[in-house]
Amino acid sequence: MAYGDTAQLDAFRAETRTWLEENCPDTMRTPMTSDADVIWGGRGQEYKNPDAKLWLARMGEKGWTAPEWPAEYGGGGLSKDEARILKEEMQRIKAREPLFSFGIWMFGPALLEFGNEEQKKRFLPQIVKGEIRWCQGYSEPGAGSDLAGLQTKCEDQGDHYLINGQKVWTSYADHADWIFCLVRTDTSEKHNGISFIVFDMETDGVETRPIKLISGSSPFCETFFNDVKVPKAQMVGELNKGWTIAKRLLQFERQSISAGGFGSTSAGSGAMGLHDIAKYHLGTDGSGALSDGDLRARITKHMMYDKAFGLTVRRGTEEAKAGNDIGATTSILKYCAAKLNQEKTELTVEALGTEGLGWSGDGFDKRAMGATRAMLRAKGNSIEGGTSEVNLNVIAKRVLGLREHQ
Amino acid sequence: MTFILTEDQQMLRDTALAFARDELPTTHLRALRDAGANGVDPETRKKLAELGFFGVIIPDEPGGEHFGLVGLGQILEAQGRTLAVTPLLQTALIAASAIQLSGDADLAGEWLPKIAMGEATFALALEEGTHHAPTNIATEAKTDGGETVISGSKRYVPDAQHADMFIVVGRSAGKPGDEEGLTLCLVPRDADGVSVQTLNTLDAHGAAHLSFENANAVANLGEAGKGWDILSPVLDRARIGLAAEMLGSASAAFEMTLEYLQTRKQFGQLIGSFQALQHRAALMFTELELTRSAVAGALSAVDTGRNNVPALASLAKARAGETLHLVSNETVQMHGGIGMTDEHDAGLFLKRARVAETLYGGESFHRDRYATLQGF
Repeated sequence: MAYGDTAQLDAFRAETRTWLEENCPDTMRTPMTSDADVIWGGRGQEYKNPDAKLWLARMGEKGWTAPEWPAEYGGGGLSKDEARILKEEMQRIKAREPLFSFGIWMFGPALLEFGNEEQKKRFLPQIVKGEIRWCQGYSEPGAGSDLAGLQTKCEDQGDHYLINGQKVWTSYADHADWIFCLVRTDTSEKHNGISFIVFDMETDGVETRPIKLISGSSPFCETFFNDVKVPKAQMVGELNKGWTIAKRLLQFERQSISAGGFGSTSAGSGAMGLHDIAKYHLGTDGSGALSDGDLRARITKHMMYDKAFGLTVRRGTEEAKAGNDIGATTSILKYCAAKLNQEKTELTVEALGTEGLGWSGDGFDKRAMGATRAMLRAKGNSIEGGTSEVNLNVIAKRVLGLREHQ
Repeated sequence: MTFILTEDQQMLRDTALAFARDELPTTHLRALRDAGANGVDPETRKKLAELGFFGVIIPDEPGGEHFGLVGLGQILEAQGRTLAVTPLLQTALIAASAIQLSGDADLAGEWLPKIAMGEATFALALEEGTHHAPTNIATEAKTDGGETVISGSKRYVPDAQHADMFIVVGRSAGKPGDEEGLTLCLVPRDADGVSVQTLNTLDAHGAAHLSFENANAVANLGEAGKGWDILSPVLDRARIGLAAEMLGSASAAFEMTLEYLQTRKQFGQLIGSFQALQHRAALMFTELELTRSAVAGALSAVDTGRNNVPALASLAKARAGETLHLVSNETVQMHGGIGMTDEHDAGLFLKRARVAETLYGGESFHRDRYATLQGF
């Protein structure tokens, strides 16, 4: 079958293909048309389409929402190659991702590395099945790029911890069931006074307020903790050693951003490419080239950067497979992904002209308004998950070995 | 397409890196320059032949071995690191490819062994204007009873100051700008009617203006009037090979700069601890990583016979040009005053950068071509 696979992998591919053919409902093989099609799971998930629920249940049962997690924690227990084949076979039938989940992308991998046995057994299977939706309590009003400056207080009350403070930019906190959270357990040390703790968002004293963004959407919240009591068994890792987990988790976050790119599900990046939009609105010259030569050059430069980025992701994947160290190569991906999405969405709005200047109502094409909002939303790409400036600091210090300013 | 070198290719890369470092360091270029050699260096040619570097894309010939363009790319990248002057791009890449793509078994039998053994060097006599325009050819190629006779002139031909043979791009029919009607033919350097004006170039690699007055070609490459079918893929390979060399130059200049940032002190601090310089270093690193992927992807696409080679060649050449331009400028700036002196290598990188950026199409040429290839 596929070049380079062993007979065992070929057999796995055949089984997987058959299973997917039998279990992936037809309506789950069509492209998602809006954010409402995205399934995040959790207690409050509503299913517009019952097939989405069925698809998640079947995939969750196999552990294939988290293919590479160990089967004892509900995961698929697949090898890297098997997971790749599953992905390829899903792409072959254009199957939708059954579940979008911060639990799978960020918290789970960290828990597998740092959690104790009881915590893994308790939390991981729920994540795989999409039963519990997680959010991330990291940033605070006074701790953004300087995340380790966080102040949310966590006090030892003998049989439990007591948490007081505020988080901000908590993605979808208003829809989440549980939170994984960085808290301060020692004020005399900066990095070594941070702990990693998890708790139910329904606990008394937790309050969320959505933040309306310039794009009009509210994917983020302010989250307030007022005398929140948390059982001691819910601290992950050792007391005051949470920063190590936090850094590792940020790597998972940046990896998931880099691999998927930004805005891959957002409105406006739909069927019409940048080329077509520009040609439609600006026309072509006699040779078929876009009539605006300057915009043509800038769009082309963007497309070429995008192509080089795609080749770099492939190179990283191949080198990782060959066992080479890819830390240096992957360090650039988050920075590039942010730059690319901002460029793409800006060029799209520019190509749309006044059609890209609508906000709401019937006077404008829906997709054009989506593209405009995507441009606004993309401004956050170089801020969230570590600002581009922090990314460059990390490259300079960790990859290039340049020293800290004294 | 693959980004991983085979064991043989990795060994070839290691050999080429060691050879460039030990035998052709920048001091070698400097010595050639100061002696007024204009890139003529018979000693190096001999050593390259002994290493078998002329025959890496020529299978089944004495001295030849099939490492593919990926393999040759490793050698060119290595020579770019030290700005080494070698006949490899013109002879081992361009001439070997052109003869292979001509499909002419007699020509292949006659010339490929000589190329592989380093016994004959070539130069592609292409450009007639100041900017890359591969179809803008007015040089006459009159075919008369099987013999082709060349009249016209060529500008800034790399390696023409010493090459034994010229691959001349002439026109048998049509007008400048047409792809149809081009003819590729072999003209010996010592043929009657050939004159060579050696050029003392910015990068000290040398080149020559050529003029032909009823010069007799010894053979045509492919059919008369159908030269574009060979020239076009040959040029794409040349662009990719040159991009590999440029990647090497940019990487080496960047590493030299990074080392300076970690040793030079001002205000009681290593200048590399200043964030203004750290961010610029990180941005250069980002560009280099992207360019490395573009070059590796393009090299591999040729070897695996992919149909998107033209777009990937333009991507690689434009990216390498943009990256080398940035890095060569930053190398001078970050070295400060010492970077402005002739004694320092920063200037050598800057000068070679401008030549390599221009050859076989600069950024705007390749951006326009990329867009056209995408139907844009």
